[in-house]
Amino acid sequence: MGEQRQATFSVWRGDHQTGKFVDYKTTVSEGMVVLDAIHQIQAESASDLACRWNCKAGKCGSCSAEINGKPRLMCMTRLDILDMTQPVTVEPMRSFPSIRDLVTDVSWNFRVKKRIKPFKPRKPDAEDGTWRMYQADVERVQEFRKCIECFLCQDVCHVLREHHKHDEFAGPRHFVYQAALEMHPLDVEERLGQVKGENAIGYCNITKCCTKVCPEHIAITDNAIIPLKERVNDEFYDPITKLFRIFRARPKAERKD
Amino acid sequence: MGTPQCITHEHQVLIIGAGGAGLRAAIEAASTGINVGVVCKSLLGKAHTVMAEGGMAASMGNVDDRDNWRVHFADTMRGGQYLNNWRMAEIHARQAGDRVRELEAWGAIFDRTRDGKILQRNFGGHKYPRLAHVGDRTGLEMIRTLQDHGIHQGIEFYMEFTVLEILMDGDRVAGAVGYDREKGRFHIWKAPAIVLATGGIGRAFKITSNSWEYTGDGHALAYRAGAELKDMEFVQFHPTGMVWPPSVRGILVTEGVRGEGGVLRNSQGRRFMFDDIPDLYKNQTASDPEEGWRYVIGDKDAQRPPELLTRDHVARCIVREIREGRGSPHGGVYLDIAWIKEKMRNSEAHIRKKLPSMYHQFKQLAGVDITKDAMEVGPTTHYAMGGVNVDGQTQMSTVKGLFACGEVAAGLHGANRLGGNSLSDLVVFGKLAGEHAVEWAKSHPNPTIDSSQVQSICRAALEPLERSGGESPYEVQARLQDMMQDKVGIVRKESEMAEAIEGIASLRRKAASASVPGNIEYNPGWHTAVDLHNLLVVSEAVARCALDRKESRGAHFRDDYPAKDEAHASHNTIVYRGADGAMVVERREIPAMPKELSDIIKEMG
Repeated sequence: MGEQRQATFSVWRGDHQTGKFVDYKTTVSEGMVVLDAIHQIQAESASDLACRWNCKAGKCGSCSAEINGKPRLMCMTRLDILDMTQPVTVEPMRSFPSIRDLVTDVSWNFRVKKRIKPFKPRKPDAEDGTWRMYQADVERVQEFRKCIECFLCQDVCHVLREHHKHDEFAGPRHFVYQAALEMHPLDVEERLGQVKGENAIGYCNITKCCTKVCPEHIAITDNAIIPLKERVNDEFYDPITKLFRIFRARPKAERKD
Repeated sequence: MGTPQCITHEHQVLIIGAGGAGLRAAIEAASTGINVGVVCKSLLGKAHTVMAEGGMAASMGNVDDRDNWRVHFADTMRGGQYLNNWRMAEIHARQAGDRVRELEAWGAIFDRTRDGKILQRNFGGHKYPRLAHVGDRTGLEMIRTLQDHGIHQGIEFYMEFTVLEILMDGDRVAGAVGYDREKGRFHIWKAPAIVLATGGIGRAFKITSNSWEYTGDGHALAYRAGAELKDMEFVQFHPTGMVWPPSVRGILVTEGVRGEGGVLRNSQGRRFMFDDIPDLYKNQTASDPEEGWRYVIGDKDAQRPPELLTRDHVARCIVREIREGRGSPHGGVYLDIAWIKEKMRNSEAHIRKKLPSMYHQFKQLAGVDITKDAMEVGPTTHYAMGGVNVDGQTQMSTVKGLFACGEVAAGLHGANRLGGNSLSDLVVFGKLAGEHAVEWAKSHPNPTIDSSQVQSICRAALEPLERSGGESPYEVQARLQDMMQDKVGIVRKESEMAEAIEGIASLRRKAASASVPGNIEYNPGWHTAVDLHNLLVVSEAVARCALDRKESRGAHFRDDYPAKDEAHASHNTIVYRGADGAMVVERREIPAMPKELSDIIKEMG
């Protein structure tokens, strides 16, 4: 794709009620990403085409969309991985209500997060009020904290996308968030009750769709959701633990590894 | 169109901006139990802080125990060529460590030392390894920590709102007026104290690491409210932005690459940074590549490699190589981290661990594997050292009740900011601004809003939608960016800057007649038209201040005055709106440093 040439983008135009795909032609050149094409279309022929973006470098997670049907960040999707002989379809994330064009109402995610119990550290380890943590112990939590909140995992999760369980289910993003807190070496909050109950982790049947679309390559299912499910099982369904707990209540801090 | 309707909100402290500074200010203000509102231009957690990569500077001495606040203070002043507000440089150096540790208490997880403390890395202009970091995504860690802590403090967040103007009650602030992006409705926030935390001005230039939000909103709001701006000539061009492919030109390549041992080479393969080492840094710089590498791996007797000189200097050396025909094929130079394979086993895994975002960024956007090949890089507009002139302690501007912190405030960085001093700036001065805004709000309650002022602001904002056949705001913006890049960019001269000032006046007329199709709901054309007014204010301020400083110092380089000039060594450049509405430029002497601080400077050589 060394030279400049014309390409067609079929972009969703609409509001919260109706919409349709509209074709735009624009010139594309080497190295361009989908977001560049959208910006060009804005500047050339559709100045009111609504889209979210900020960093244009895959760090802020604003420009999530569905490109040729696949959930992706527009800023990190190079045109040379797409079939440019056909019109490229660009549409908003479909698991969230539409606001306008490519912009969706993702406020549900912020409401769910706010209900998750905040970080609660143990007492400082040193007299100066600081803690000691070792790199090997923080690495898995650092993986979760790479999350840029693009909500592509929420978009693709069938519990939300097909079954619309937004009122009952927190979605993969928030299991990553819960896992980051639960496995944080300093955190002493009891979280598994919320993960099981209010967040309804049981709805997830580990199809790994979320993992596949994560632009940060977080192993959402394997490293966050499955370990949380295991902890929930140990906590609530293991008969020996249950019996044991009748005799002796264990504070969570002791259970921490 | 009739009288625009407004929705009114009331807060004791209103914060404009939700990056690191705004969130830290909000948390501080809310901790006193008062009613706080935060206006975010984007969604919460997406502000520009998220893009900061390398780390936050604090002299905790976890890696090298010779470090302390005095060394950090001296490094910051030297980096700023002594035009800094020395009180801010002192406060920052003293308090940065506490602010880092506080983030850890709120859930942040920095990379660790072997003994379990917060790890610190090398960065340009810092004498010792000083930057607390998480790989190369430190900004994300900071903003997410503040966000996740902040949402539980009873703060009201207004996501995807833009503030149009500060409202005044006589000589003090009374609130702000703006609109929400989704519906295009107008909103009034009544508030006796306002904290500006809107970040920078990078969108005034064509090649920039900054996002669409960075249109100098806070600078322009303050200016129009009657506040002074300071040091606007000092715009930091980060030495290493991506240059290829064209669509990613300007995206940041963290200084952390050089901190981890990355070297700069020209097309002849020469490490050209050894060719020009400024006198101010002669005794702090390695004499050969071997010593430079020893510094990178922690040899306390070694001096730092010249790639870790201050950003202003590195950027100029890169420009020199490119101009003299020794650049890379796409108009940059080479930044090579892959070479460290000569020095360590597992270098590829090491690079991916320490610089994961850079690895992915180059792999995905440029098709380059940085563990194997060199990157092509060149300077990119990155940061405004200048901004709202504030009191060093309280962060109040020259307008009563109007505070500023973070990038939008001037003072800490002087003529050139050291890498890593921005993230610490955000939290140190965010906290202070929040604290003093509360104090002001409590003692000056109940300002009066002038509704006729509100009406005229809203009507003016709607004009581009009501006109037709005018200029496209995208077109005006692109022309402004081209002009600023060419004429007020990294190398400046009198005739070009004078042309730029004329050009800005003509673009202002075009902006005033811009028209946009579509309606008021989530219409980016309209938003661009509205933001243009702010971009024009900051562009004019940069050009006028740069024209007035007839010397080269820090980030400000003049082809016609290539040397430092003592006549300019001890003043800041101030601009404000004169009685006739025109921009006034004034030189103002920097007050003498108290002895206890000047002694530190002397001691540190």
